[in-house]
Amino acid sequence: MTLALELFTIAAVSAGAVFFLAGTVGLLRFPDALTRLHALTKADNLGLGLVVLGLLPHVDGVLGGLKLIAVWLLTLLAGAAVSQLIARAARRSRPPA
Amino acid sequence: MTEALNLGIAAAVLALAIWTVAVRDTFAAVVGFVAYGLLLTLVWVQLAGIDVALTEAALGSGLTGAMLIGAAARLRRTEAAARAERPGVPTRVAAALVAAGVTAALAAAVLALPDPAPTLAPQTAENIAVTGVGNPITAVLLAFRAMDTLLEAIVVLFALIGVWSLAPDRVWGGRPGPRHHADPDGILAYLARVLPPIGLVVGVYIFWVGASLPGGKFQGATILAAMWLLAVTAGLADTPPIGRTWLRIALIAGPVVFIAIGAAGVAFAGAFLAYPDGFAKPLIKIIEWALLPSLALTLALIVAGAPQRPST
Repeated sequence: MTLALELFTIAAVSAGAVFFLAGTVGLLRFPDALTRLHALTKADNLGLGLVVLGLLPHVDGVLGGLKLIAVWLLTLLAGAAVSQLIARAARRSRPPA
Repeated sequence: MTEALNLGIAAAVLALAIWTVAVRDTFAAVVGFVAYGLLLTLVWVQLAGIDVALTEAALGSGLTGAMLIGAAARLRRTEAAARAERPGVPTRVAAALVAAGVTAALAAAVLALPDPAPTLAPQTAENIAVTGVGNPITAVLLAFRAMDTLLEAIVVLFALIGVWSLAPDRVWGGRPGPRHHADPDGILAYLARVLPPIGLVVGVYIFWVGASLPGGKFQGATILAAMWLLAVTAGLADTPPIGRTWLRIALIAGPVVFIAIGAAGVAFAGAFLAYPDGFAKPLIKIIEWALLPSLALTLALIVAGAPQRPST
């Protein structure tokens, strides 16, 4: 049982790390602000979500788990709101040709 | 494994510090500074200094970062002119020598520290029961070294007075910052409605657990200040005119309570900022509760900046 949980953690956190890596590569390689934001929010949303999911079996007690999930939800909220604001500013400063 | 992580963080901190100093664009330097603060937070976590990590993230990186972004935005118009001014070679050589000398002196001081480093930790651990507080950091900050904390709270107030003193005469007593207008159905107004209730709970929680776990009034007050500034930025609230009496009273209430309790210590416990036996914990609680709103207001107003508009 413990082994299964360990394997689950390794798999989920690794998958999360892959999303962060892909998001970073996208941030560096994509051509404009909007696509770069897209890459970044994927890393935040799915990458952090998978890391949190992978760590859940190892927290002490329900409260610790809820705190981890709350961190993820707050990051979702902040990431979505801030990327909207940046996207709007980017579109306003450079209207589509 | 941990060793590799520590080396990686240390390398990243150094690289980011050099980049922040070397980069030409002011805004880019500010972004570098904020990221540098967040990496420092990780350093403090690795050193098991969770209290310091929280403070670094909230004040060092977050609040100072917000202030610097405001400063960078103001400097943008004059940046090209400032960059065109290049100091002469002697000035730059002298600056490099002084900076290198300071770095060498600091490095020598750090390397010359006795091993093991002198510590008061055992005495703190022995006497912490007297204070009734569970978190040794809080015990040090509000009982053993309460004087430092009192001066910190007053220094923050002085910083605000310094910011205010930049106000032009005609708007003295007016409202800090521009009046923000955002689309009431837009994403910023939405965030400013959804986040503050959560932020208030988190801020008060961080403050509350400071008595027994990492956390405290400075970190909690920063979160409360951030929530208020978010509402201001979204146009849902406005900054108060700095001439209002209630504002001035709210700003000094925390330090005044702290000083009053400290002065009472002279009469009842024989020394300034000494607590009578058995009263340490309730008195520390009163000081913390009095400081929280004053600190939150002071920090928020420091970020909001000098008055820019008349009060009407």
